[in-house]
Amino acid sequence: MKKESWKELTIGTINLDAGNSVKNLTGTWRSGKRPQFIQENCIQCFFCWVYCPHFAIRVEKSEVTGVNYDYCTGCGICCTECPPKEKALVMVKEEIKLAERSPK
Amino acid sequence: MKTMKTLNGNQTIAEATRQVDPDVIAAYPITPSTAIVETIAQFKADGLISGEFVCPESEHSAMSVCIGAASAGGRVMTATASQGLALMWEMLYIAAGLRLPIVAAIANRSLSAPINIHGDHSDTMGARDSGWIQIYSEGCQEAYDNFIQAFRIAEHLNVRTPVLVGLDGFIISHSMEVIQVEDDDEVKRFVGEYKPVYPLLDTSRKMTVGPIDFTDYYFEHKRSQIEGIENAPKVIEAVGREFGQKFGREYGFFEEYRMDDAETCIVVMSSAAGTCKDAVDGLRAEGKRIGLLKPRVFRPFPHQKIAEALKKMKAVAVLDRSSSPGAFGAPLFTEIRSSLYDYSERPKIVNYVYGLGGRDIMVEHFKEVGLKLGEIAKTGKVAEMCGYINLRE
Repeated sequence: MKKESWKELTIGTINLDAGNSVKNLTGTWRSGKRPQFIQENCIQCFFCWVYCPHFAIRVEKSEVTGVNYDYCTGCGICCTECPPKEKALVMVKEEIKLAERSPK
Repeated sequence: MKTMKTLNGNQTIAEATRQVDPDVIAAYPITPSTAIVETIAQFKADGLISGEFVCPESEHSAMSVCIGAASAGGRVMTATASQGLALMWEMLYIAAGLRLPIVAAIANRSLSAPINIHGDHSDTMGARDSGWIQIYSEGCQEAYDNFIQAFRIAEHLNVRTPVLVGLDGFIISHSMEVIQVEDDDEVKRFVGEYKPVYPLLDTSRKMTVGPIDFTDYYFEHKRSQIEGIENAPKVIEAVGREFGQKFGREYGFFEEYRMDDAETCIVVMSSAAGTCKDAVDGLRAEGKRIGLLKPRVFRPFPHQKIAEALKKMKAVAVLDRSSSPGAFGAPLFTEIRSSLYDYSERPKIVNYVYGLGGRDIMVEHFKEVGLKLGEIAKTGKVAEMCGYINLRE
């Protein structure tokens, strides 16, 4: 993503590029752990979707189907909030090579 | 209709506010600026101003309301002093960073501790790196004139930077002076219609104001902010000239008094400059070639123009009504001494801190400074680079 020089910026920090946070892949600085989705345990309560601070729970045809790792920071809130005894979201370790973390 | 009115400094600011009639006024009363807020509140109650008057629970909130209102697209003013300005601190930087042309009148007062309500420049000098333009006034007339010009300067499209106008607490804020109050319509015409840039109330445009920046953008946004205040000198000069053409009182970056053939010079801002003029007259009558330079604009600092005016002097005394503990001299001194660094021809220069907490400075004190300058000019020797005036040793 090309970054503007100071002369190209809009006055007073104003950002006219509405919705540009989708370009900011917050998943690139994930914590070293990530939530893993176990579909057979999911009761479709949508708690994970409500609580996720980065809107990274994937929903397809009105059903939770997993996690969007482009934006998941690995905070673990979804796993904490997931209600079933056999959780549908559990944190697992992951190893990411530095090259994969760099923004697209 | 232009009229002569007997007003104190606070009333002149309230009168100018009534004439400009900003969209939003948000202020919290604090000595010695209380009467500005009180008088504006009375004007609002009497139906003499159409803008919103908001009295929040603190100065921090007052500046926050100003920031919100200015972001929404309003012309906005406030007034405060001392601890009130200190409580606004973090919001001052935000107003400047967001390039909001807010205008504030500051009845300059000391900072605690010890608590003291009287006049010095500690409050605004503490805010000197906040990104605000700073203009200081010698008396009520200048406070009135500066305050009206402040809107034009702040709102200029190349500047879009908040402006504060300083008037010395009590010495100006509470002293009556016969001033020329210009015609309401003429003042309104001079400040003109306000055209906001990217107002939040324009719902046809999607935008974010005040987003977070990480290491990749903060530096660029700060540099972009600095451009605004660096564009200000041309605008300050043009507005000062236009004000002169329209109302007969022209303003520049500083005033020079009896400087034509001067060998020594006292630099002092605000109300004390008036007293200093008397002292200069007295010393001139005794044959001393002394002058006065009274800075009006402190931010942006007119370093080149001041250096040009002072470089030919043999000795210069810079008088500061604030201290900068641990620094090499008080704020005005460090600016001026630094401004002269690149000149091979430059005067001996000394710094005196005076008037903290409203301590009087009299004609005799300026005369003493003048005599010391004469001695430095004659011998080329500086016994004491940084000293104090009218302090019990």
